[in-house]
Amino acid sequence: MNGARALWATLASHGISTVFGYPGGAIMPVYDALTFYPEVRHVLTRHEQGAAHAAEGWAKATGELGVCMATSGPGATNLVTGLADAMLDSVPLLAITGNVASHLMGTDAFQEADITGITLPITKHNYVVRDVAELPRVVAEAIRIARSGRPGPVLVDIPKDIQLAAYHGEIPAPQARPEAPAPSSEAIARARELLRGARKPVLMVGGGSLDAAAEITALARAWDMPVITTLMGLGTFPASDPLWLGMPGMHGSVAANRAISEADVLLGIGLRFDDRVTGRVSGFAPQAAIIHVDLDAAEIGKIVRTHVPVRGDAALAARALAQEAQPPPRAEWHAQLRDWQARTETPAHWGAGYAVKAVVERLHPDDLLSSDVGQHQMLAAQLARFEKPRRWINSGGLGTMGFGLPAAIGAGMAEPGVRSVVIAGDGGFQMTAQELATLKMYDIRNVKICIINNSYLGMVRQWQELFHEKRYSEVWLGDSNPDFLKLADAYDVPGYRARTAEELPGAIAAWLADPKSALLEVVVPHEHGVFPMVPAGAALSEMIETEPARPGAPTPEASEA
Amino acid sequence: MTPEQSIPDHLLSILVRDEPRVLTRITALFGRRGYNIKSLSVGTTEHPGVSRMTIVVSGDRGVVEQAIRQLEKLHDVVKIIDHSLEKYVDRELVLVKVAINPDTRVEVRQIAEDFRSRIVDVGRHALTFEVTGDEGKITAFVEQLRPFGILETMRTGRIALTRGSNADIPGHVYHSGETQALHPTLPAEPREERAREVPNMF
Ligand SMILES: Cc1ncc(C[n+]2csc(CCOP(=O)(O)OP(=O)(O)O)c2C)c(N)n1
Repeated sequence: MNGARALWATLASHGISTVFGYPGGAIMPVYDALTFYPEVRHVLTRHEQGAAHAAEGWAKATGELGVCMATSGPGATNLVTGLADAMLDSVPLLAITGNVASHLMGTDAFQEADITGITLPITKHNYVVRDVAELPRVVAEAIRIARSGRPGPVLVDIPKDIQLAAYHGEIPAPQARPEAPAPSSEAIARARELLRGARKPVLMVGGGSLDAAAEITALARAWDMPVITTLMGLGTFPASDPLWLGMPGMHGSVAANRAISEADVLLGIGLRFDDRVTGRVSGFAPQAAIIHVDLDAAEIGKIVRTHVPVRGDAALAARALAQEAQPPPRAEWHAQLRDWQARTETPAHWGAGYAVKAVVERLHPDDLLSSDVGQHQMLAAQLARFEKPRRWINSGGLGTMGFGLPAAIGAGMAEPGVRSVVIAGDGGFQMTAQELATLKMYDIRNVKICIINNSYLGMVRQWQELFHEKRYSEVWLGDSNPDFLKLADAYDVPGYRARTAEELPGAIAAWLADPKSALLEVVVPHEHGVFPMVPAGAALSEMIETEPARPGAPTPEASEA
Repeated sequence: MTPEQSIPDHLLSILVRDEPRVLTRITALFGRRGYNIKSLSVGTTEHPGVSRMTIVVSGDRGVVEQAIRQLEKLHDVVKIIDHSLEKYVDRELVLVKVAINPDTRVEVRQIAEDFRSRIVDVGRHALTFEVTGDEGKITAFVEQLRPFGILETMRTGRIALTRGSNADIPGHVYHSGETQALHPTLPAEPREERAREVPNMF
């Protein structure tokens, strides 16, 4: 057995069923060895970035490890965006890269890049395998690191000669995940004491709570406290529950942002107080004592002052906190919250928000919903009603345009029996549109693509409108967008289109009813903003709640595309 | 010198796996987060495969705690000792080349003797001295020689060991057990600009 076969044997022994990748010279022995391991499916994407995001989509939907693979140099550097994305969103990801032969490394050989050097700050850990005897052990360790604690991406770089060298050792069996750390009972006791005295408590949960949804729900009900789910935490608490206030932050709901600004105790679980969540830090939850539960000690006290640090697993902490719950009466707080909740506007007029709402209303709670990055993403996050965790596949931390389609493919392949819907903008869709070929090649039938076409890089346009006196610089796409239906047709993907509110229901119905993966283009007015919005640098309490009136808003000269 | 006097310089010992790039990983972590490394010394230890770094970082307590917690996450880090929490010995080695002439030669030698410094090189117009000691001693020595004309100096950076037997060595031991970074006796400190009065505290 050579190193390349030992790699596949190790992946197979760890239960890896699917790998997304793209071959090349420096990883050819691995692709050759693949032919001997039919138990592992390799999915050929059309770009390595697509492979990385597909692996992320797989991991975000299932909570299991995603695996991607690339050749040296240009292949490896094409993975970089996906690795950075996985790092910021704590996604368990294993990236395998080939490299030039050991003796050529460091010589600027053909297709050589120092990929471990490049990815040092955007991986949880990375390795160069220097000895074939180490290869399976390193891969097994990489898998363990990627999945344990706060998950993240790990890269293993394998020089070509190591792939070809003879391996005589064992294939390591998977190790059990280390036990989740339990929070200290003192910390729990102090947190409980604060909650007992709280008249206006808020529970805020992030992506670190996704696998603790049941415990979080029980905790919120036990203490009768409202719940805010961050962009990464959407679905951790059922949207149908009256205690749910929505998403916080820059495009958060009125109720969530007001509740944070008024709260006297804020219990945060599995979140990292990203600046898009906090707004200006000094104005964040100004009256609240903060209890922060996190697995990652480095997150506690990093951004906001923490009064009760609780290091530990989200589920264990939530379960412990739910015990001996003695909520004081909070009728006033609830009345106040209901008032704010009533201020949630539903988009009544034809536009991007209207279209996104019409689409997400048609979804089933089991459906996967991915998004790309931009206005449509924030609209989807605001308007979708998630009842379960791990249904929302989204690039939160890095905000990666081009994420949506490949991630929806990865998530859809992980759960072939479930619909995998992706909402994208006309800008971001074109960053990875070539992955339509992946749909065709594997005859994937459950991916439903919706392009919200506003002919602009909408989110940037919105900022230019608000903060750059409407100088619309390099954001107009309308003249150069392709005919998206023809593009889809070129890949045998059926296409549907709606241009008006009247056309929309029929188009959505036909699009979802199509037995194949299909594309729906919704052509919407060019200038629509996403509101509420907290301007960058402002406090959450300085939120602009509704879209300002736009008398005679300018349109670019060539606005009729 | 007591550790208290050295604040806001913090002396950390970091035991790391002796793997490729480990130095880059550590320094990149400090660099990316804008923590200033004032001195850095690295060497092997009594354990094969484990290197020891002494790092002097400047910053308030919050900065150092955050740095420690970030370091703790690195797979290569075996143990971190924050010397500000314990008694320690620290040393630095410095080479100082000072200008001399027939009038100053004797005086310079006398100063060196007072500091128990050794001459490591003798030239017609310069003498080179070696001194080891804690930071204060070295600074004092350099200041004494400055009026004569210092031509070159090189300092190794500080190295430190905790006093007492190994069994007493405190620190955060990673990948085996619970971190102490959040031990209830060490509550998270706010960064200064983030500090604010909060009602409802204990
Ligand atoms: C790779 C990448 N490049 C640039 C950006 C900056 N950016 C954020 S949103 C946005 C506009 C997105 O436009 P579109 O995809 O059309 O979606 P819309 O906002 O119109 O819904 C841009 C350019 C980004 N997030 N990612």
